[in-house]
Amino acid sequence: MRNIAIIAKREIMGYFTTPLAYIFIVIFLALTGAFAFFVGGFFSREQASLASFFQYHPWLYLLLIPAIAMRLWSEERKTGTIEILMTLPVSTPEAVLGKYLAAWGFVGIALALTFPMWITVNYLGDPDNGVIFAGYLGSFLMAGAFLAIGSCISALTKNQVIAFIVTATVCFLFTMSGLELVLSFFRPWAPDVVVRTVASMSFLTHFAAVMKGVIDLRDIIFFASLIAFWLFANIIVIDLRKAA
Amino acid sequence: MTEKISLNGLSKRFGPILAVDNITLTVAVGEVLGFLGPNGAGKSTTMRMITGFIEPTSGTAEVCGMDVTRHAVETKRLIGYLPEGAPTYGDMTPESYLGFIAEIRGFDGAEKRRRIDDVVEKIELGGVLHQPIDTLSKGFKRRVGLAQAMLHDPEILIMDEPTDGLDPNQKHQVRTLIRDMSRDKAIIISTHILEEVEAVCSRAVIIAQGRIVADGTPEELLSRSADHNTVVVSVDADREDALLKGLNALDGIKSIKKSKTRDGGVRLRIRPKNSGLIATDVAAVIRSAKIPVREMFVDRGSLDDVFRQITAGKTSRKESGKGQGKAKTDA
Repeated sequence: MRNIAIIAKREIMGYFTTPLAYIFIVIFLALTGAFAFFVGGFFSREQASLASFFQYHPWLYLLLIPAIAMRLWSEERKTGTIEILMTLPVSTPEAVLGKYLAAWGFVGIALALTFPMWITVNYLGDPDNGVIFAGYLGSFLMAGAFLAIGSCISALTKNQVIAFIVTATVCFLFTMSGLELVLSFFRPWAPDVVVRTVASMSFLTHFAAVMKGVIDLRDIIFFASLIAFWLFANIIVIDLRKAA
Repeated sequence: MTEKISLNGLSKRFGPILAVDNITLTVAVGEVLGFLGPNGAGKSTTMRMITGFIEPTSGTAEVCGMDVTRHAVETKRLIGYLPEGAPTYGDMTPESYLGFIAEIRGFDGAEKRRRIDDVVEKIELGGVLHQPIDTLSKGFKRRVGLAQAMLHDPEILIMDEPTDGLDPNQKHQVRTLIRDMSRDKAIIISTHILEEVEAVCSRAVIIAQGRIVADGTPEELLSRSADHNTVVVSVDADREDALLKGLNALDGIKSIKKSKTRDGGVRLRIRPKNSGLIATDVAAVIRSAKIPVREMFVDRGSLDDVFRQITAGKTSRKESGKGQGKAKTDA
């Protein structure tokens, strides 16, 4: 536990000693706002809700999360600091979790900084704050799932650009897997079970459910188990590299 | 038990390449073992296996009696390691970087402060503590890496080219540091600089193509040099014949090589049979013939020569192998 916290602290400090953190936060806030107001029609809906704000989070994450995740392990590999980290008295799961939690916490900070949206909507009307809370929770969980995918993929390569592109693609498939675009690829040949499984992997479907304010345990478990799976794969990738 | 590191048939294969081939050795407290070898001989790979960064394909590495694969975290606690190229987190300052290392090594509060102050003073990092490591010179970066390895005063210190990139003064300082620490530690360093081996190592191991090809004290290795105990004498040109006459009467001499010195004298390199000690005999000849001597010294030979002698055969064999392969494809 202690080691996880120390590694996470170092990582978070690393974000804020470079312009990375500030650029990410500014762009994240600008884009979430722009999408909510101009594309989502925050005002023209004339509803006291943040649906127009949360609605675009999956698409923003598709661009921004791989950018955070790509450096997690690729950079350590490239600069050789992985040799320092992995020869310190820490276990692989501690290192993986420490780095992952730092990145997730950082995204959490960026997400929390959208609070003026919440204040605005409360000032203008009388929204259901429970639904808004569910929206934030869903968004945060989804970001965590994207990050876990990205962390694992970044452990596979020294090259950050490759990590970015592959992560974005895998995240895209997970996001879209409930839509006809992906399903029609499986439908002609795969048994019904497979098609339904693929469809059930969709981030959009699960996120939309949570966003409506229904915190269904199944959606929470979906994201939690996805995170656990990818982090487990991440640990295995790091350990396999040791033996390779 | 004074043996801190013991390698047993340690091997590592990367695909078709056998990088480390069945290395067996032990290092005891008080020893500074110098790893020598051409580039790609397997020095870094061996060190990486001892520190647990990579796992051996076969064989074991034990640190203080514990297997490094099975007791990964416990053994890492006992080791200080400076990887090749001394990587560090470049966007941190030495202060925050060493703070991170200290915390991971389990030091808190006053103890953490004391450890950092200690190592900063030893390695003279005081002036750059608050500058990002990326902005430091190569020498300072290497010293930050050294500080990281020494911070917890480990029983075992493994350093991959610790003085690479340092200026002569810093090199001397680091070597003094290593010598001072060696009393209660087992230390392995790898280096290309052979004078370093003579300066700090109590034992030198030469590896080529993943195998140990020589293992002994620097003195023992020096005695393998063809030039070992060669006596060099310079005299005036007109005394050369007198000297040679005297020398020809001695029977411990293998060969004599003549060359002219810049100021018109003659220099003789008198090589003994079987690296025997002939200096006293040569001196006696000079005394009895009353020849004025310009210079006279005993050449100990150089580790460079020994190194080339031992490792050159290995590389040329490899290259000729390659050549044959090529010839076949051409045909």
